[in-house]
Amino acid sequence: MSAEGHDHGHDHEHEHHHKDTFITKYIFSIDHKMIAKQYLLTGIVMGIIGVGMSMLFRMQLAWPEESFKIFNILLGDKWAPNGVMTNDIYLSLVTIHGTIMVFFVLTAALSGTFSNLLIPLQIGARDMASGFMNMISYWLFFLSSVIMICSLFVESGPANSGWTIYPPLSALPQAISGSGLGMTLWLSSMAIFIASSLMGSLNYIVTVINLRTKGMSMTRLPLTIWAFFVTAIIGVVSFPVLLSAALLLIFDRSFGTSFFLSDIYIAGEVLHYQGGSPVLFEHLFWFLGHPEVYIVILPALGITSEIIATNSRKPIFGYRAMIMSIIAIAFLSTIVWGHHMFISGMNPFLGSVFTFTTLLIAIPSAVKAFNYITTLWKGNLQLNPAMLFSIGLVSTFITGGLTGIILGDSTLDINVHDTYFVVAHFHLVMGISALYGMFAGIYHWFPKMFGRMLNKNLGYVHFWVTAVCAYGVFFPMHFIGLAGLPRRYYTNTNFPLFDDLQNVNVLITTFALIGGAFQLVFLYNFFSSIFYGKKAVQNPWKSNTLEWTTPVEHIHGNWPGEIPEVHRWPYDYSNPGHEEDFVPQTVPMKPGEEVLHH
Amino acid sequence: MTSLLVIIVLVLLAVALWQLTKIFDLTQVGSNSDSSQVATDDDNNVQGYLMFGFLAFIYIFSIYGLFKWGSLVLHTPASAHGAQVDNLMNITWVLIFIVQAVTQVLLHYFAFKYRGKKDQKALYFADNNKLEAIWSVIPAIVLAGLILYGLYAWTNIMFIDDEEDTVVVELYAQQFKWTARVAGEDNVLGKANVRYIEGINTLGVDLADPYAQDDIVVSELHIPKGKKIHFKMRSQDVLHSAYMPYFRAQMNCVPGMVTEFAFEPIYTTAEYRELPYMIEKVANINALRSKKSVELVAKGETALDPYSFDYLLLCNKICGSSHYNMQMKIVVDTPEDYKKWLSEQALLVQQVKEANAPAPVEGGTNKDSLKSKDTAAVVKIAMK
Repeated sequence: MSAEGHDHGHDHEHEHHHKDTFITKYIFSIDHKMIAKQYLLTGIVMGIIGVGMSMLFRMQLAWPEESFKIFNILLGDKWAPNGVMTNDIYLSLVTIHGTIMVFFVLTAALSGTFSNLLIPLQIGARDMASGFMNMISYWLFFLSSVIMICSLFVESGPANSGWTIYPPLSALPQAISGSGLGMTLWLSSMAIFIASSLMGSLNYIVTVINLRTKGMSMTRLPLTIWAFFVTAIIGVVSFPVLLSAALLLIFDRSFGTSFFLSDIYIAGEVLHYQGGSPVLFEHLFWFLGHPEVYIVILPALGITSEIIATNSRKPIFGYRAMIMSIIAIAFLSTIVWGHHMFISGMNPFLGSVFTFTTLLIAIPSAVKAFNYITTLWKGNLQLNPAMLFSIGLVSTFITGGLTGIILGDSTLDINVHDTYFVVAHFHLVMGISALYGMFAGIYHWFPKMFGRMLNKNLGYVHFWVTAVCAYGVFFPMHFIGLAGLPRRYYTNTNFPLFDDLQNVNVLITTFALIGGAFQLVFLYNFFSSIFYGKKAVQNPWKSNTLEWTTPVEHIHGNWPGEIPEVHRWPYDYSNPGHEEDFVPQTVPMKPGEEVLHH
Repeated sequence: MTSLLVIIVLVLLAVALWQLTKIFDLTQVGSNSDSSQVATDDDNNVQGYLMFGFLAFIYIFSIYGLFKWGSLVLHTPASAHGAQVDNLMNITWVLIFIVQAVTQVLLHYFAFKYRGKKDQKALYFADNNKLEAIWSVIPAIVLAGLILYGLYAWTNIMFIDDEEDTVVVELYAQQFKWTARVAGEDNVLGKANVRYIEGINTLGVDLADPYAQDDIVVSELHIPKGKKIHFKMRSQDVLHSAYMPYFRAQMNCVPGMVTEFAFEPIYTTAEYRELPYMIEKVANINALRSKKSVELVAKGETALDPYSFDYLLLCNKICGSSHYNMQMKIVVDTPEDYKKWLSEQALLVQQVKEANAPAPVEGGTNKDSLKSKDTAAVVKIAMK
């Protein structure tokens, strides 16, 4: 099947090749490598906005209601009169920060960049199954980003009911200013985003199933591809549910239906809504919302698997167990959404069920963590920046994952639900970890994307400062959460009870500002290396996978001649029967060579 | 002050960056590669040591944190079920710390120990079913324990026995205010719906309901120690969450439905204030506040009030602009004090009646009272 696919693709590319104009090459490109770069650049821009917002609201939390000129410059007189941030814009910043980071950076940019770049290159395909749909997917993502950015400038303010947009708050403009036009734009943006994400995911799934080169069986796929493949499946299963929730919410907002609203008295009058339930929205939202966490983290783990194996010069430990755990995590992720709703008012019996399924996820996660550690054992570790970020990911994934045992347990969740403990937990386990995965991927595949190398020393500085700051921000945050401090409070000064937490907040903000500032080192490295970086060799990390058999200069169809045939799994590093410490997948098995892994 | 701090931080940052780059550059001396290559043996060496240093950082930071911030964490639960919650929490923490300590050591130590060298060859070790089994089964067993304990506690806490002798109280949420309704002598709350909201009947109680006749509406809730309080939560506008951290209690308030939570307070407010940890905490907070007050007074503003502990009901679900200031004081009384407090409160029906009556006239003579009766009747007719 795959052999036919590749022959067809090969003929097609070479017979109908025509010259690119600037527009078809850089803008409306259907080449997966260019689309990957487009995703990455858009993601970086969104990332700068999202991280920048967090710096602003962290300053407000550390020095509540103090005047900062920067607030006035960035937010304007309406939202920061005399440089003092208002409570409405504080909530907007929190909301949009969450939305941008979760969806636009860690879902679209992470998956969009690396699935697009690596799926065809690592499975040996000329391009995605549908290049055109791939292009549409990117441009819808771009459009949704533009709409989200536009929503920042509407008069009534951007959406500010939290990134989870629970109705009735998000449904009623009377309830909060951001639920007017800001929310309309938020919902439109997300609807388009979901369409983009679905097109991308379908493309990834079809490509992985149909376009693998000769010899590339499913059990010879690099773990990156397994992760992207399973992620795409989760996306296709769960994103439509969010779309339906968004549509129903639009109906409630604009056409007077009562899907999520009932018995509401606000601004001195009783509204007509009757019979709906906000809890229904919570179910629909988290049916996507929880798998979303794995949509974010699985690609990062896939990237890490590849980088840790390559740089340890060792096979990834427990290849099959890794695949099984990815599948197990994906399956479980669709039946645990209720752990976000233990105290939402749903039947406590459901709480018991969701506690059970949630804690089960710890098992495949533990398997993954232990397999990473064992991969390092007795390796010959090449501590490139990509490797450091991968090790950093394993570290934060463990630290953040462990506190999930507390939050997943309904009994314990009662008291830490919606406190800063939750914020600390998910930032470490999915935010920081997935960002590390993204950075690791950029450092590792930059030569493949741009044909040049990143500056290693700047990479080292970037990693170490980020690593210290990440712990510096989120470790103390656990304590203020355990002290009972609720999240999404504009200031804690109305509760003398929390006065003793203020010093901790200042420390957190200091680390956040330092960590945020040092991302500039990365940006400088990234953009200057695109133009001035040292030219890359074809296989700089001495890796086994197929993407390093393509020429450094990008060409349509990826390989100038035949697509290479695959003869072995991707992790034959330091195989005792071979001279070199790596054996690319394209090297035929020696006569009498045994398959050493199972 | 802050700007000075920021400048100092920025200067330190610049110095740190310069130093770091210098260190990395020094490691390049003697090797013929420039700084945009893959890691050399020297790099591996430096980064390996840094990995080890980072392990030390995580450990020192964790231990420092536990000492420095450990006392901030909620302590001594003020409710009967709270001990169960805290017990499970402590067991979980012990497990988490063990796993965290071991895995972080392994991860970073391996990164240090096996840092790359030119003539070193990695061990080809791809698979071991025994090991995989070990680290699937051990977490499974440990988690099974946690799940069982958790579910046992959860069932105890969340399933409220209707037969039990409780005090029924309604917590009513609206943007940005809490109100409580005590069920009164019959211990049954009168029916309510937002459509009955009118005048001072802000909770929308159906005044015609016989159960509503003895309901009491208050903005500062008193509850008796040693008796289970059965809370029923309602919201009139958006989602809120009734969060009472010291009681280890939380439940969302959802418009259109009634949610429930029940607990038994075991310390009166006065008793809880006297707990040694609370005395220390309050002293610490007051020290911070008086320091702040000195600054404020210097700026010509008013000083902060000294703080004394009270149980609070907080809103813990984003509910609008002033979400950050939605609170209600809860006082736990001895049963005797509670009875006394209860007897001093006016019934809702009475309050409504009084509000609908015209303002009392001074030195009411016979004539006046007659007149007021008339107007009361008129009001009644008008209401119909």
